Amino acid sequence: MSTVTGVSTADQTPGPDGPQPLQGDRASTGRFGDRIFGGAATVSGIVVIAIVSLIAVFLVVQAVPALMDNSANFFTSRVWAPGGDKPAFGILEFLWTTVAASTIAMLISVPVGVAVALFITQYAPAWLRRPAATLVDLLAAVPSIVYGLWGLIAFAPVFKPVQGWIEDKLGWFPLFAPTGISGGTICFIGVVLAIMVLPIVTALSREVFDQTPTPHKEGALALGATQWEMIRTAVLPFGRPGVISASMLALGRALGETIAVTFLVSALSDGSPWTWSIFNGGETFASKIANNAAEFSNPTKTGAYIAAGLVLFVLTFVVNSIARVVIERRKAFTE
Amino acid sequence: MAKRIDVSDLNVYYGSFQAVEGVSMTVEPRSVTAFIGPSGCGKSTFLRTLNRMHEVIPGGRVEGKVMLDDQDLYASSMDPVTVRRTVGMVFQRPNPFPTMSIYDNVAAGLRLNGVKNKKTLDGIVETSLKGANLWNEVKDRLSKPGAGLSGGQQQRLCIARAIAVQPQVLLMDEPCSALDPISTLAVEDLINELKSDYTIVIVTHNMQQAARVSDRTAFFNIRKTGDPGRLVEIDDTTRIFNNPSEQATEDYISGRFG
Amino acid sequence: MTAAIDRRTPDDRSSSDGSDLPDAARSGGPAVPAAGATPPGDGPGREALSEMSHPHRARAVKNGVAKGVMWAAFALAMVPLVWILGTVVAKGMHMLTTMTWWTGNQRNINSDDFGGGARHAIEGTLQMVAFTTLIAVPIGILTAVYLVEYGRGPLARAISFTVDILSGVPSIVAALFIYAVWVTTFGLGRSGFAASLALVLLMIPVVVRSTEEMLKLVPNELREAAYALGVPKWVTVVKVVLRTAYSGIITGVLLGIARVMGETAPLLILAPYTKNFQRDLFNGNFPTLPMMINQDRGDFALTTAAERMWGAALTLILLVLLLNVIGRVIAHFGSVKK
Repeated sequence: MSTVTGVSTADQTPGPDGPQPLQGDRASTGRFGDRIFGGAATVSGIVVIAIVSLIAVFLVVQAVPALMDNSANFFTSRVWAPGGDKPAFGILEFLWTTVAASTIAMLISVPVGVAVALFITQYAPAWLRRPAATLVDLLAAVPSIVYGLWGLIAFAPVFKPVQGWIEDKLGWFPLFAPTGISGGTICFIGVVLAIMVLPIVTALSREVFDQTPTPHKEGALALGATQWEMIRTAVLPFGRPGVISASMLALGRALGETIAVTFLVSALSDGSPWTWSIFNGGETFASKIANNAAEFSNPTKTGAYIAAGLVLFVLTFVVNSIARVVIERRKAFTE
Repeated sequence: MAKRIDVSDLNVYYGSFQAVEGVSMTVEPRSVTAFIGPSGCGKSTFLRTLNRMHEVIPGGRVEGKVMLDDQDLYASSMDPVTVRRTVGMVFQRPNPFPTMSIYDNVAAGLRLNGVKNKKTLDGIVETSLKGANLWNEVKDRLSKPGAGLSGGQQQRLCIARAIAVQPQVLLMDEPCSALDPISTLAVEDLINELKSDYTIVIVTHNMQQAARVSDRTAFFNIRKTGDPGRLVEIDDTTRIFNNPSEQATEDYISGRFG
Repeated sequence: MTAAIDRRTPDDRSSSDGSDLPDAARSGGPAVPAAGATPPGDGPGREALSEMSHPHRARAVKNGVAKGVMWAAFALAMVPLVWILGTVVAKGMHMLTTMTWWTGNQRNINSDDFGGGARHAIEGTLQMVAFTTLIAVPIGILTAVYLVEYGRGPLARAISFTVDILSGVPSIVAALFIYAVWVTTFGLGRSGFAASLALVLLMIPVVVRSTEEMLKLVPNELREAAYALGVPKWVTVVKVVLRTAYSGIITGVLLGIARVMGETAPLLILAPYTKNFQRDLFNGNFPTLPMMINQDRGDFALTTAAERMWGAALTLILLVLLLNVIGRVIAHFGSVKK
């Protein structure tokens, strides 16, 4: 199992659908101890189900009243003013910022992550493999608040001139238009997120590339393929579901990342013009909620933030489900 | 087509462990030579040195010479990739690329070499599949996945894939041991046809197969576990099976050990 | 690419059986169809002998470029790692070398005052995390035991699915949930305990998955041996299976702890910071390392505030790394060999 992602592609024993560890297991005799212990185990499992169901329920229940009071369209409004007599709040800004920053993170971390995974499994000399893998996993061990701190103090000043240069050369293109904001731009946040989720992409891709059956690799080599051609013919096609799944998991992580983003965002002032530029500021779902934690004083306000949290929950749920489905189908295929 | 292989005093090492010692032999073009011998005697290891596949395992190296006609396979200027283009290999377990269709599997080697012209590819794919006696069975489903065929068909697909790049030599490492008897027969018939165009070397556990299929047979043996394997005797097949020169060969043939 | 029609020089060495066909008769070999044959220069054709030494140039170049790209990617991934760790150590180390850091708190220290201690935050973090572990680990291990040893069918599938969902829940959503339950519904105030509950939610899936993997690695022969001795199932699970897998389970737990130690979102929502020592997890504000860093966030331009943040960051990283290392060492020395 990959300790970074908690997902395993190398699952050899059957899961909840398969036969029990011992076929025809009648060892559970209904004795008192067995009943207690088995019962405790079952209850634990049920507790987990209960928790997740409750999460959905509570979030919905507390979001709905606020949503009903909402005078603006929740999905298309850019205004966020949940307090006062006529609350009006919409998540469009957060949706854009969250999705844009996460997409940038994906565009960077997936190719680099796959390349690093290929490096570790195919190119690195034997003595370098474990250390290299450990080093990359170390990126995952760094707490996200430290990423926020580093991004704020050490990385941002280095990034600013780069942003300036891009704005200079490519600023005519709407995506790169200068907005006068520097520092916590969508692009910058996306880059920091990319670094944070890179180990996730690498960890799972590594597992999958390692499992490429040797006959396929040898088959390609025996045809006279170069190493790169062998990778393209045997390793990458075999590993594709794993890479997709890893990317989805990484995306889920990027969408939900809170504290690093909170440290780095440049919040937009009300009424800023809409722009497609990735050099714009803006808050993500997570950072908006986190930054306003102190404001959870009246129910409508809290409800608005909870509604935003609900959207985030659904987003990450969908993305993570895709990841697990892809892995499950691959497991069934190889069994 | 079809080259002659000359091996002089070949020793195979993995790291410091010697797997095979002092093999010398000549394989005539357009013939089938079988390697037989007990498990672990080095016949597969030696086979793999003929297309430098042993180098895929870390620490694999040889001392000695392997000549293909007048080309030294282990010359410092020789790229293993080129060697493998010229000396093809079929493995024990059929290994068609699972993500590719039948057509793409056969064409894989060609595409790697830059052949892009659809008509050329079509032509070569067809001839290769015909050459592998698979064409009639798959001609209507070339775009289906290669892994969807039966074991025997998959192996013939791998043979088609190997001959599509028009190698000079075809190495086969126990190609039938994972197949049922009927598929085995099909592959043996195929080998018989292929030998008019290729030099074929086949490793087999099955002595009857060696007797059926090969022109010459080489018997490998190992003194005791941990010793390097060695070539005991190589001769025309009929002579090996009826009147071998070495006692060890006779013992193996008659089943006194194996 | 290569000369397609190979007008080969006549074979000098005749083959031993003398039945070598002349080249011309061989030019229509079976692998090349007679009509519509490989057009010159377009197919692999038959290699001229001298061509054998060089694979097609472009392919060799591509191969080399690919190799370079992979090495470069690795180097690129190392840059932020070295940069971050280097910066944290360089900027935070001097704070950790003072005695006050490990004994004092931040009472009466303002943003522009230098120094102060971190003991309150360190103890707070450790205390909160210990509490989290106490709750999350039994639930996690028992759930994993259910999934591996007892459960088959729809309930087990549902549990497995739910664990997956839980592992994908962002920390802020978990925090919001606890807020919705604890503060809004039950009216209880924010506290270290509330934050700890959110951390429990984040830790459970990690413990479940890693315990599950460890339990699956225990060979069935061990279970069978116990049953054959007449040992009831629950005793087998506890005394045989869990005992065999326990070092791996510990590793998983330690890695889970390392992960929740750095989670800040629940703290932001549920455990406001205090500069004082605080032992009571259940009442009032609670000091933790991440919140200590967050406290000075707005003043990061001030050297005094910044270096405090770096110091706290370094302390946090050291704790996390320590747990990671201990976990891997235990895994290495105590593991069930596959």
